[in-house]
Amino acid sequence: MKLLPCPINGLRPISEFIYGGEYREMPNPDEASDTQWADYVFNRASLPGIKKEWWYHAPSGTWFIAERDVQADVVQRTYLLSEAPAA
Amino acid sequence: MTRLAPIAGEWIDRSHAIDFEFEGRPYRGFAGDTITSALWASGVRVLGRSFKYHRPRGVLSLANHDVNALVADGRSLHLRADVTALAAGMRLSPVNVFGTLARDRAHLLDRFARFLPVGFYYKAFFKPKWMFPHWERAIRKLSGLGKLDFDAPRGRTPNRHAFCDVLVIGAGPSGMAAALGAGRAGARVILVDENARIGGSLSYARGTDARPRELLERMNLDIAACTGIRVMPATFAAGYYADRSFALVDQDKMVKVRARSVIVATGVMEQPAAFRHNDLPGVMLASAAQRLIHRYAVQPMQSAVVLTANTEGYVAALDLHAAGVQVNTIVDLRADAEESDAARAVSEQGIGIMRRSCIFEAIVTPDRFGVRAVTVCRLNTDDSPDSASRTEVPCDGVAMSVGFAPANGLLHQAGARMLFDEGIQQFVPNGLPAGVFAAGRVNGVYDLTTRLRDGERAAAQALEHLRMPWSAPDVPAPPAPRCPSFAYPIVEHPDGKNFVDFDEDLTVRDFARAAQEGFDSSELLKRYTTVGMGPSQGKHSNMNALRILARIRGRSIGDLGTTTARPFIHPVPLSHLAGRGFTPVRRTPLQCLHERAGAVFMQAGVWLRPEYYAREGKSKTEAVTEEVLAVRRAAGLIDVGTLGKIEVSGPDACELLERVYTGRFQNLKVGMTRYAVMLDEAGVITDDGVVARLGEQRFYFTTTTTGSASVYRELQRYIAQWRLDCGIVNLTGAMAAMNLAGPRSREILAKVSDMPLDNNAFPYLGAREGVIAGVVARVLRVGFVGELGFEIHLPAELAAHVWDTLLAADAAVTPFGVEAQRWLRLEKGHIIIGQDTDGLTTPLEAALEWVLKMDKPFFVGQRSVQAMRARPIKHKLIGFVFPPAYSGPSPKECHLVIREGEIAGRITSVAYSPTLKQIIGLAMVAPEMAAPGSLFKIRVDGGTMLEAEAVAAPFYDPRGERQRMSLAQLQARYRSQEVA
Repeated sequence: MKLLPCPINGLRPISEFIYGGEYREMPNPDEASDTQWADYVFNRASLPGIKKEWWYHAPSGTWFIAERDVQADVVQRTYLLSEAPAA
Repeated sequence: MTRLAPIAGEWIDRSHAIDFEFEGRPYRGFAGDTITSALWASGVRVLGRSFKYHRPRGVLSLANHDVNALVADGRSLHLRADVTALAAGMRLSPVNVFGTLARDRAHLLDRFARFLPVGFYYKAFFKPKWMFPHWERAIRKLSGLGKLDFDAPRGRTPNRHAFCDVLVIGAGPSGMAAALGAGRAGARVILVDENARIGGSLSYARGTDARPRELLERMNLDIAACTGIRVMPATFAAGYYADRSFALVDQDKMVKVRARSVIVATGVMEQPAAFRHNDLPGVMLASAAQRLIHRYAVQPMQSAVVLTANTEGYVAALDLHAAGVQVNTIVDLRADAEESDAARAVSEQGIGIMRRSCIFEAIVTPDRFGVRAVTVCRLNTDDSPDSASRTEVPCDGVAMSVGFAPANGLLHQAGARMLFDEGIQQFVPNGLPAGVFAAGRVNGVYDLTTRLRDGERAAAQALEHLRMPWSAPDVPAPPAPRCPSFAYPIVEHPDGKNFVDFDEDLTVRDFARAAQEGFDSSELLKRYTTVGMGPSQGKHSNMNALRILARIRGRSIGDLGTTTARPFIHPVPLSHLAGRGFTPVRRTPLQCLHERAGAVFMQAGVWLRPEYYAREGKSKTEAVTEEVLAVRRAAGLIDVGTLGKIEVSGPDACELLERVYTGRFQNLKVGMTRYAVMLDEAGVITDDGVVARLGEQRFYFTTTTTGSASVYRELQRYIAQWRLDCGIVNLTGAMAAMNLAGPRSREILAKVSDMPLDNNAFPYLGAREGVIAGVVARVLRVGFVGELGFEIHLPAELAAHVWDTLLAADAAVTPFGVEAQRWLRLEKGHIIIGQDTDGLTTPLEAALEWVLKMDKPFFVGQRSVQAMRARPIKHKLIGFVFPPAYSGPSPKECHLVIREGEIAGRITSVAYSPTLKQIIGLAMVAPEMAAPGSLFKIRVDGGTMLEAEAVAAPFYDPRGERQRMSLAQLQARYRSQEVA
């Protein structure tokens, strides 16, 4: 079973986590056209590479961000959204 | 009997005889025997019949690398006799036999082998099409192995978990050396081996050398003395999973191991040579013969020919000789003379050697169950047999030692890259993932001393990986490499029957034919010929298949590459995998009271809820009808503790609700509640509930029963994402809730509480804190069922007391279940999220436009609703009724609405309303069908079409007067106008 480092609880088995989808910036709803908004709501880029993803550590109720190489399935780092390191 | 005099280090216990049956005949073996060793010791030579041609088969590998000997014991279908420990009272039968092993009615298939070439099935059985079911039945009958006993006792198989610093897989010399290296440095080590005892080749490959036995004895003592090493014999590592977790499987259970590092010392699997009739009982791998001798003290044959191309074959010849076997000759495929201690010992014993020769064919005994001689030919320079130079050598058995394939399945699964080393004719690891190490023969190291050093080297690397103290082992220069595997141990024969895959009965010719037809990559060849797809998964066949393919295509083996290795290494019984289910079921604190009251339970999400309370002599419909009428006429009490219950507080608490719900909460007064609907970003309804404002910065709200966990989770995410200053607590388990509803509910509640309950002090949609039956509770005046009602939220541990007190307060209080609640709310036209809506339903379609506060700055889903508003809707949720006089079959939920032969919608809720005395329901239909008064058709079970009339919901009390009423008003109305 895969292990995932929770920024609060350390390395835990993947069965304790729930995947929350890719982290995406919402466009300004007042400025986005219907097409742009629909693209944000419905389309996902499933390209290989490093993605920012939401993960939830269920026993402790912790949401955090994992930067994952989705092709190699290797998590490079995890952090709380409020403590995002400088890119 | 072919049992030998006691052998030093044998695994059998001669003081413990075991009686068993095979094909109805009694046999005797010893504790420590496998089924095969006991049968072979008893002189049984035919252990099974082959899968396709039903050829007699005996011992091949005796190492679980072939399935010649599959037996059933009535309970287990496919016991592998070679490796299954003998147990007292076993009643065994072979699985692929029509009749007995000696008289198998299907043996004639062997005569027709040339009419059943590879690919035959694909070409022969697909036309004419009407014949296929016939062929399918015939093939299924022929190909089924064993017979299921549905009365076999069932049992649970435990699952265990284990953790270690270093997992060493394979306890041969290199694995044992690795375990000792890591264990002595203080690491927690697990050492697993699939054999009943550790030792690997030290326990059988001996010749005249005393060293393997002495080494094994010493290492056994050292391992026993090392407290950090846990030895798990008779256990195989079935698969590698992410981050170095492994499934370890033994006869009784699976152990899931998490290892911080792993050393794969799984060794090699000896490979057969292909020559005509190489599958006859008596023709076996040299290592199998050695195992029979040293582990089970069984003489494998009486008169042998040893076919070899390596030192191991000479050692095996010495082992056979020492076991009293007449070794007639050694046939060496190589041109160069073997230079080793073993070769010198062989000469001293006077055993003849035929160099640069091969076995052309084995000659069958008159009874067709064994070998009486072999024909030996010289080899030409291109490895083809010079069939003119035939010599016949009598024998009753052949020991084959022509090469090995690495047992590297786990390394493949772990993501290791492999390189084909032409010098040793073997794939060796070339790039291993972090924390994964290989040692010993799987790593291409063959000399015994070097294997020990390689194990110590791997242990040092594992310790370094673990950041534990380690020291570089002293690695002496390895001896000159020798090639343990012959490049092409395959001998063509005009009459075929030179088997490559013993599971699937594939011969050399089948591969040439597949390549001719274009299936000439390793993956295509595998699928067309089915090589390696039998129960032993290519352990004895993939390497030879690859050698044949490489030669056909004139390519190197390294260029062709191997097929993908996946878990499991050996088959794992389904019972081991099934384990126990971990589906949690939640019960409310009132569960035992419901049980005592005769509740019939149903599942609602993860919860168990009373569907209705059974009544003596009454049907379900009658019982539910009585519950409904009790609520409408007097008072009912329902357990709603399964609702999600969440409290949010802080400066941004209101802001959170404003953003996640469609309604407005800024203007909600403290002490009041409001219905709330939640959407996702696409504008689809995901949840609903009631929000109560307890204070300026404090709210308490409910979610649907199924949504409690996910809503809580999503709210936590929004708080993190929007960096809101508020805290959120999930009280779903901590709080119980019950709803007292009905025209008499206020009067009854007043009996057990001195809270002010009149319409001014506690108006409709109010939220109050008060004491009920001595318990401090939150009370919400809401009306899901459409009557005056009080939803009481209180600490879970006090709920039973309050429930009992309310029931005792007045004989009119009737407990009601989920079914009655569904009917009651349907009469009111209240929707249930997830039943009347689906994964695409928007508020515009579900007649919930009134909850959308589009002028708010933002709520989740708002922008999508904005976009959808500009477009026509595709569906509309409407109410419908059947005429009161209608008495035919009722439609059911999910029955389809049909218009001009096409699906135009579906029924989402339907019930016979005891209050209105007609069938009512909700349906999702095309918008043009929604006008009240229009008629539409519903197709019910059996295809009958029924007609329903669209109406405006609610069906009952459309102005909602009943839940708003004061007691005096209600009583007046109730007296003057009896409901129903």
